[in-house]
Amino acid sequence: MRVLPYGARAAMVDFDDPSEVLGLQASLEQDPPDGVVELVPAARTLLIRFDPGRTHHDRLAGDVLDRSTVDVAPRESAEIVVPVRYDGPDLADVAAAAGLSMEAVVRRHEDGTYVSAFCGFAPGFAYLTGLDPALHLPRRTSPRTRVPAGSVAIAGEYTAVYPNASPGGWQLIGRTTLPVWDVDREPPNLLAPGTRIRFTS
Amino acid sequence: MTAKIEVVRPGVFATVQDLGRPGLAAIGVGRSGAADRGALRLANRLVGNPEGNAALESVLGGLVLRFPAPATVAVTGAPCSITVGGRAFGPGSPILLRAGEDLVLGMASRGLRCYVAVRGGIDVPPVLGARATDTLGKLGPPALSAGMTLPVGQRVLPHPGVDLAPRTPLPEVPILRVTPGPRVSWFTPGALSTLVSSGYVATADVDRVGVRLEGPTLSRARGGELPPEAAVPGALQVPPSGQPILFLADHPVTGGYPVIAVVEEADLDLAAQVRPGQWVRFRLA
Repeated sequence: MRVLPYGARAAMVDFDDPSEVLGLQASLEQDPPDGVVELVPAARTLLIRFDPGRTHHDRLAGDVLDRSTVDVAPRESAEIVVPVRYDGPDLADVAAAAGLSMEAVVRRHEDGTYVSAFCGFAPGFAYLTGLDPALHLPRRTSPRTRVPAGSVAIAGEYTAVYPNASPGGWQLIGRTTLPVWDVDREPPNLLAPGTRIRFTS
Repeated sequence: MTAKIEVVRPGVFATVQDLGRPGLAAIGVGRSGAADRGALRLANRLVGNPEGNAALESVLGGLVLRFPAPATVAVTGAPCSITVGGRAFGPGSPILLRAGEDLVLGMASRGLRCYVAVRGGIDVPPVLGARATDTLGKLGPPALSAGMTLPVGQRVLPHPGVDLAPRTPLPEVPILRVTPGPRVSWFTPGALSTLVSSGYVATADVDRVGVRLEGPTLSRARGGELPPEAAVPGALQVPPSGQPILFLADHPVTGGYPVIAVVEEADLDLAAQVRPGQWVRFRLA
C-alpha cells in the first residue's frame, strides 16, 4: 500500500492487491480521519479527498499507513439477483474467443458470484469482479456508438450492466430489465461498491 | 404564477449550471456544475441569490433571452457586450429588465464562458440534488435550445446594494499553478519540468469535460496500461501521445491514463476560460 499525492486536496492510495481497496474504504468509513470529505474506490486505488484547511497529505498518509485493511470486513449487503436474457450480439464471438460453446459461456457467467468493486465510466456503471477467468477477454476492437440500457457485458476481468444507453466497447452477452440506475430512487444505483451480485437466466 | 424566461437564441452552446453534485463520485457521478465557479457565485451574489442558485453558462455568448415578466439579472465571466432594449450595459452589474424585454449577449471578446444569473434562480427540477447539466454523465436539463422556456425560482436573499463588481481582466496567457500528480513516476524525470517550463496551446477540443492541449511531449518512463482510477477536476491526464488533457467540470469520474500533475482548485476558474488556440503556462505551486 502506497499513498501518492494527488494535488493539494486529495491523496491516492495504491494497492498491489485489489481486494484491499474496499477494506481500507470500510476502515476509513468506520473511523474517519479528520478532514476527509470523500472516498472514491477504483480498480487498485482509493482516492481520498480532503479539506486542506483541516488536514494535509503527510498526516493523512501516516494515518492510512497505520491501518490494517484485513481487520475490517467490507460492509455486508444483501445479494442482488439480476435476471438476464442471454441473447447479446457478442455472445457467439465471446464463445469463439473463449473456446467454449455459447451455453458454456452462459453457464460460467451465471455460476459466478460477483462483488461490485467500483463505479465509473457513467453514473451507476459498476465494475463487478468475480468473472470466470475463462471469460477474461479484451474489449471489442471497435466500440459501439450506442449500447442499449440494461446490456449485460464483459471486458477484461469485469462484468457490468450498462445503466443507460451510451457508447461502449464491452462485449455484450445479454440484457436485463432490472433498472440498475434510477435518479428518482434513493440510492439511485443498485450496484454500490461492496454489493454482492448474481446473474440468472 | 411562476415567472418564465424564453430562450430566443441559445448561442454557440449554453447550459443550466449551479455548484454541481459533490460527493457522489463513488457511484459514478461527477461534480459537474459551473466550469468557472467564481463567476457563477458572483453573478448570483449581484442579483441577491444564494451562491448555489442555478444560472446559465453560455459558451462565447450569443445568447438571447426574453423576459415576459420584470427581472433582475447579472452577467459575469468572459466579457461580452450586453444590451437590453437597445441600451448597453456592462458586466458585473445588476440589470433591471422590464416585462417583455430581451437580454442580448454579444460574442465574448476574451475568455470562453459567460454566466447569466436571474434573481430567484433557474428553477428546473433538480436531479440528484443539483440543477446542473452534466454533459458527460447525461444528468440534469438538456442544453438550451431556441423556444425553450426556463422557470424562474423564488430562492432569494436581500439585494446586495452593489452597482458594480470590478474584476481583474482575464490574462492573455493564464498561468495555472500545479502540484505533482499520483503518476508522476510513470514519466521520465524531465517530464514535469517540461510541463512547467513550456507553453501549451489549447486545441479545438475544448468543452466542459476538458481542454486538450498541444505542446512539448511529456514522455513516459514506463509503458503499460493503468487500471481505471478516480480523477479530480484539474487533473492533467496524459494519453500515449504525450499531449496532456486538462480535466474540467464534467471530467470522467475514473480515467485510465496517468495523471502527471493537478491544477490547483483556485486556478480552475481561469482554466475554464481558456479558449481554443489560446496559450497557457503551468507553474509549480
